[in-house]
Amino acid sequence: MSAGEETLHSPPGVPLSLRGPAPIRVVAGFGFWLFLLSDIIAFAALFATYAVLCHSTAGGPTGPELFDKPRVFLETMCLLASSVTCGFGSIAIFRNDARAMYFWMGITFLLGVCFLNMEGREFASMMAIGAGPSHSAFLSAFFTLVGTHGLHVSVGLIWLIVMLLQVATLGFKPMVIRRFYCFGLFWHALDIVWIGVFTIVYLGANSGHAG
Amino acid sequence: MQVEAQGHAPGVDPHEQHNARGYLIGLGYALALTIASFWAASTPFVYTPAVPVLLAALAIAQMGVHLAFFLHISSAPDQANNFLALAFGLFVSGLIIFGSLMIMAHLNHHMMPMDQLMQMQR
Repeated sequence: MSAGEETLHSPPGVPLSLRGPAPIRVVAGFGFWLFLLSDIIAFAALFATYAVLCHSTAGGPTGPELFDKPRVFLETMCLLASSVTCGFGSIAIFRNDARAMYFWMGITFLLGVCFLNMEGREFASMMAIGAGPSHSAFLSAFFTLVGTHGLHVSVGLIWLIVMLLQVATLGFKPMVIRRFYCFGLFWHALDIVWIGVFTIVYLGANSGHAG
Repeated sequence: MQVEAQGHAPGVDPHEQHNARGYLIGLGYALALTIASFWAASTPFVYTPAVPVLLAALAIAQMGVHLAFFLHISSAPDQANNFLALAFGLFVSGLIIFGSLMIMAHLNHHMMPMDQLMQMQR
């Protein structure tokens, strides 16, 4: 059991109303899960916008002309690997193993930076040929959707640095573990959103139905 | 296995959290599905109009893999709250995406052709 876990087991026969409050860890985790779901709903609105506008290129470049699939594959691999190393990091936290935690979370951070670097270069190369967000409705929707995801990744990286500093100064206190574990949820949820991005934006763009 | 009184927070699987096996299994599935997606998008072997459906199926499968192996969401009795919240989130997301697409497709369909519109404005 981790340091932060308060075990409030009740016998099965006790009615729900008499069981007392849930442990703070469960409450915090559930609350953060609700936040993540509302974030995913916000992304759903951006996905809907993109899906509606993706053929309105206003005579400008279309998706298949702009997107570089091997790079997107590398970005995907970066995020997937960082999700797994983040999982290994949280295992290290549950084991109270600070060195393993720094190692795995450090790799998570580096993979996140790699991802952002590739995405930044993609945006820069698109702007350089005049395909910026102001060129067409398709490009506005693209930059909003992919940019929002990138912004989330940046926020996640800042959060990760803050968490590493908190571990360095406070150690594995229950509240630090709780926050770290919310960070893990956030990072995994971003990877789920990225599945939608690469499927709908980068791969779906190639398939047939021109509008 | 005892059901905890107040349920579990998402991401915490008390029986799995001490080993890396779950994450590695998830990684294997996710890798296979990702590679299949990129393959399906550029292969001539799949009937072209079927590609979007195949991509959607692969993406949904991969989201399921991430939820199960990385976020440790399951339909276990002590996860009822998390699972219901997830179901509601997916329901609202589906309404937003498919509702927007349907409404915009209808508007497009019923809009007067652009040349007629221009003539009326003269």
